[in-house]
Amino acid sequence: MVIAEQGSAESKTPSARSLKSSRPLVAMDNVSKVFSNGTLALSGMSMTVRPGEFISLLGPSGCGKSTALRIIAGLGDVSEGEIDWPSFRINSRGLPDGDISFVFQEPTLMPWQTVFGNVYLPLRLKGVSKKVASERILTALESVGLQDFADAYPRELSGGMKMRVSIARALVTEPKLLLMDEPFAALDEITRQKLNDDVLALWKATGITVIFVTHSVYESAYLANRIVVMKARPGRVHSDFPLHTSLERDAQYRTSEEYRQACAEVSAMLLEAMGGEEH
Amino acid sequence: MTTTANETLASADLPQETDGSTPPSRKRRSSAVKLPTKESAAASKRRERTLTVLVPICVIATLIALWQIMVTVNDIPHYILPGPGLVVQSLLSDWHVLLPALWVTTKITLASLALALIGGGGMAILLVQSRWIETALYPITVILQVTPIIAIAPLILIYAPSTQAALLICAFVVAFFPILSNMVQGLKSVDHNLLNLFELYGASRWQTLIYLKLPASLPYFMTGLRIGGGLALIAAVVAEFAAGSAGAGSGLAFRLLESQFRLNISRLFAALFLLASLGVLIFALTSFISWWTLHRWHESSLKREN
Ligand SMILES: Nc1ncnc2c1ncn2[C@@H]1O[C@H](COP(=O)(O)OP(=O)(O)O)[C@@H](O)[C@H]1O
Ligand SMILES: [Mg+2]
Repeated sequence: MVIAEQGSAESKTPSARSLKSSRPLVAMDNVSKVFSNGTLALSGMSMTVRPGEFISLLGPSGCGKSTALRIIAGLGDVSEGEIDWPSFRINSRGLPDGDISFVFQEPTLMPWQTVFGNVYLPLRLKGVSKKVASERILTALESVGLQDFADAYPRELSGGMKMRVSIARALVTEPKLLLMDEPFAALDEITRQKLNDDVLALWKATGITVIFVTHSVYESAYLANRIVVMKARPGRVHSDFPLHTSLERDAQYRTSEEYRQACAEVSAMLLEAMGGEEH
Repeated sequence: MTTTANETLASADLPQETDGSTPPSRKRRSSAVKLPTKESAAASKRRERTLTVLVPICVIATLIALWQIMVTVNDIPHYILPGPGLVVQSLLSDWHVLLPALWVTTKITLASLALALIGGGGMAILLVQSRWIETALYPITVILQVTPIIAIAPLILIYAPSTQAALLICAFVVAFFPILSNMVQGLKSVDHNLLNLFELYGASRWQTLIYLKLPASLPYFMTGLRIGGGLALIAAVVAEFAAGSAGAGSGLAFRLLESQFRLNISRLFAALFLLASLGVLIFALTSFISWWTLHRWHESSLKREN
């Protein structure tokens, strides 16, 4: 278990995976975001996302995690600073054209569409015919274990299953970057652990890059190979460090001393980030 | 009066009395824990459905019986209050007058409702396209809505090419607004994250409208339809009262007035009965359409199961 802290906001070369040579997926440089009501949600946030990383964006609630994630997705513009997507196709508005998927805290499904219809959505919007898409949709549903529920309506599914549909919809376009905003926060502990394992398995199997927003230290320490801790008011990066483990991340890892130690250290970092804050 | 209340109460109590399997007292029923088997659940569902039909029929039958009894006992003359028998007789004998009138009113109501659906839905889509269009047009629609239709009817009667057209316009104006305002609300209350998702996947305006905004506002549109259907009939009648037109092309409202002038009260009741039936039919039809389009996915069409 190594937690190598690489300083705070200035550090831009975090990942210790042997991918340093490849072009980054996202380069966020000194980004600030002011909402129309005057809220300064982000100030001077810098972060580079490299292919294959599993980044956990961790911070107290209201510190700007969602805002940062949406900016990375190209939703909503930045007020200051720059964001660039060097590895993506860029559309006429200067934003990434596809290849990025988003999973929200709520399943965000269309209740009038079946599971199939919901997963079809990204492809349908790209003009892919149902016939051509259907194999990819079934593959995506299989990867989240919902192949038997293609014709069900969202209201017939449990919370965890709805979330799986949401993940299948995110995967169906075979994106390079998967953004998840506290995806399992509303679920019970057991379902959450199961889904965390599934996401890890998907990450390992596909080599997709993941940014996983959470306010749970335990979730961060379990999933990520890089942790970005944010500081609030205004939102910015407090520390950014890789997290390696010699163990496989599974049920056994959860009970290991190494995991316990990782949690303690991530927790300490979060406390430090929240330090000086009034409670 | 006391007998009426008792009779009505008795029939309203029907479900409890006939429902032999459940104990009559409320307290015991709520505390009785019984795990229903599949068959008993289906049986109780069937029984419930039968009762939903039976109970209102019993209530109505009771009321009609009371009406007849009151007329007979008090010996009320038919030009003041005819009994139900006489009304049925008049319904049959005046069929040749009432049926065309019913047809005219039905046509006007349905045509105006159809126009209001197209107009209200279309206008709502237009309004939500830009804030400026909304700012410019919304006040006008509100003014149209808050002015009583009976007050505008004379003007419409003057400018419309025919009485029929005038009635159509009146009914349209009244049915239009609830459809418009419901639809606007529906189009605006689309889940923000779904909008984000559509933006993320580079959906065009048109795609967002077709695949997201229209289906999401369908429940609101259906509410507008149900309200608009009822209002269209009311407006068609009120406008015909204002028009007071006579002749072959007149609707049920004119037949009502005419019967009143001639003190043909049983025909008045017959016309009223047809009007009420038409109202019920429109209500049932719009409710059915609403249920049919939404039942597979929308919460409002779901039966709560705990
Ligand atoms: N659309 C918005 N308009 C105004 N302020 C916003 C908006 N979205 C978020 N904020 C504010 O920006 C800050 C960061 O929010 P958010 O990114 O949602 O935090 P987190 O996801 O970490 O909980 C909060 O203070 C929040 O109130
Ligand atoms: Mg958030």
